[in-house]
Amino acid sequence: MCIGCRACEQSCAQRWNLPWNEAVGNEERLSAHKLTTITTHDGRYSRRLCMHCQVPTCVSVCPVGALQKTAEGPVVYDAGKCMGCRYCMTACPFQVPVYEWSKRIPRVRKCDMCRDRQLAGKLTACAEACPTGATSCGERDALIAEARKRISDHPGDYYPRVYGIHEVGGTSVLMLSAVPFEQLGLRTDLPGQPLPGLTWAALAHVPDVVSVGSVLLGGIWWITHRREAVARAEGPEGERES
Amino acid sequence: MSEGVMTLPRTGAMARFRSAAWYFWRFVFLALMAAGAYATWLRITTGLGGVTNLSDRFPWGIWVGFDVLCGVGLAAGGFTLVAAVHIFNIERYKPIVRPAVLTAFLGYLLVVLALLFDLGRPWNIWHPLIMWNPRSVMFEVAWCVTLYSAVLALEFVPAVLEKLQWRRTLAWLRVISVPLVIAGVILSTLHQSSLGSLFLIVPNKLYPLWYSPMLPVMFFISAVCAGLAMTIFESWHSSRSFGRQLEMPLLNGMARLLAVLLAVFLTIRFLDLLHRDALGLVLVNRTETWLFWLESALIAVPTVLLFSRRIRHNPVSLYFMALLVLFGFIANRLNVSVTGMEAASGVHYVPRWTEVAITLAICALGFAVFRWAVLNLPVFQQKPVFQQRPAFEQKEAGES
Repeated sequence: MCIGCRACEQSCAQRWNLPWNEAVGNEERLSAHKLTTITTHDGRYSRRLCMHCQVPTCVSVCPVGALQKTAEGPVVYDAGKCMGCRYCMTACPFQVPVYEWSKRIPRVRKCDMCRDRQLAGKLTACAEACPTGATSCGERDALIAEARKRISDHPGDYYPRVYGIHEVGGTSVLMLSAVPFEQLGLRTDLPGQPLPGLTWAALAHVPDVVSVGSVLLGGIWWITHRREAVARAEGPEGERES
Repeated sequence: MSEGVMTLPRTGAMARFRSAAWYFWRFVFLALMAAGAYATWLRITTGLGGVTNLSDRFPWGIWVGFDVLCGVGLAAGGFTLVAAVHIFNIERYKPIVRPAVLTAFLGYLLVVLALLFDLGRPWNIWHPLIMWNPRSVMFEVAWCVTLYSAVLALEFVPAVLEKLQWRRTLAWLRVISVPLVIAGVILSTLHQSSLGSLFLIVPNKLYPLWYSPMLPVMFFISAVCAGLAMTIFESWHSSRSFGRQLEMPLLNGMARLLAVLLAVFLTIRFLDLLHRDALGLVLVNRTETWLFWLESALIAVPTVLLFSRRIRHNPVSLYFMALLVLFGFIANRLNVSVTGMEAASGVHYVPRWTEVAITLAICALGFAVFRWAVLNLPVFQQKPVFQQRPAFEQKEAGES
């Protein structure tokens, strides 16, 4: 349905007070001054924006909790907490968070799904601006139902899958396409499980290392030094300066 | 087996050569500091974008890959030797515990310094201490590094206190020494492995020759190897520049342990590839494959050669084996954090001169402070016969 008019880009730039012109429109990649973008793939259009994962990788990796998943769905960022380690950027499977590289007090930038507008009962800026209804906004379950309805009503027009139902445990942004998703540059090799489980598998062993390690090392220390004390008490060379 | 202590020849000609070298190194040091100072100025005034080639697609470069990942690993000799001497009670390694602890302490200070350059908002570096996210590996690393730096400070401070002759404080440190030492070893185990866990979150970005659920285990073992190699490396250099005797029997013993641990590392490394069905990748003709073989060769060659007694007993060949291990370790860390991440990022990252300048300046600073500490504090026991027992050893005496 997308006609590549970039109205979503313009409304997004307006909301964030970012500059938008033809040149910015042609950049076609996310950056600190462009938090959503249309991408062109052989005459077909797709969109990039934060996917707002159900179990977000960025939220799990942030050491200071600057990124949070809100109950309404949006994943939001608090620059006041951020120390700028950029682990969220490294970890994000969709390569979404971007950085203000040229600023002296830089921030991570990302789409926040217009959380303030949503709380006020409004649509996201991009959905409101979209002239064709290619971007729509609503409850996740309702959108999934709508997507499945469109696919079954017009099986010839759609690739029969909804991107974002299973990817890394599901996302709050869903995509429909006429062609397989990889032809739109979307990653289709992502696991169906949320990624934070991967690091948690290691982190969950921290208490084990601490408890077993203390006992083991304490025990070894006791044995090795006891042996020495016994040798000192028994041996004639016992009175080594202690 | 030559159990004696090996002395390096010092002739008049060599002394003159050393003095020329002294000027040379002083010049190199000042040049690196000048370049580093200029790069620091640029970092402050123009931000990360002005001094690095990092980008949205490639957010971590050599400041993370080398300064932090390698820096922490190379400092692992501290906890390894402290564990050997103070927990396993292998007394003969006492003479090299202090230099290893000093290396570790300086290493961690330099890692924190490097982080101040790399973090976008370095003034918030303390935030993980109050803004918790226990699900984050980075959070765990931040806590462990903070606590372990404190442990290292307490482990090294006896050298300063002995110089100042603060006996009461020394006695107090002796009381807490055992829990302190155990805490240090556990904290090290945790964060050395967690630096590997950092990359568990990028299964689709890190090239499969390096991405593995075993990353934490492999990071831990290779860090211990790097720590031992670093201890041999620094013993050799300080014996040359301070005219110390090289404790060959000790270095030889460490080299044996190093050989075994390297063999364990390589076994796990290749078994892991086998079990992940990634072994076929080692023959695919791509950049990653060549980097993999470079890394593997740098580790495998010293592994094999260090099992030879002749190699271990010759100070020069032992030194070069340690050097190979260090290079192999650095190659491994850079492959995991930089080169292995390139293909998926779609960009080619080459550090900018300012990134290299700051990294080199931090290294040079480390060497200079180490040298100053050795010359001014009782770090090396220069007279092993007249053994004024340092506080660390008295700790154990206090227990029995």
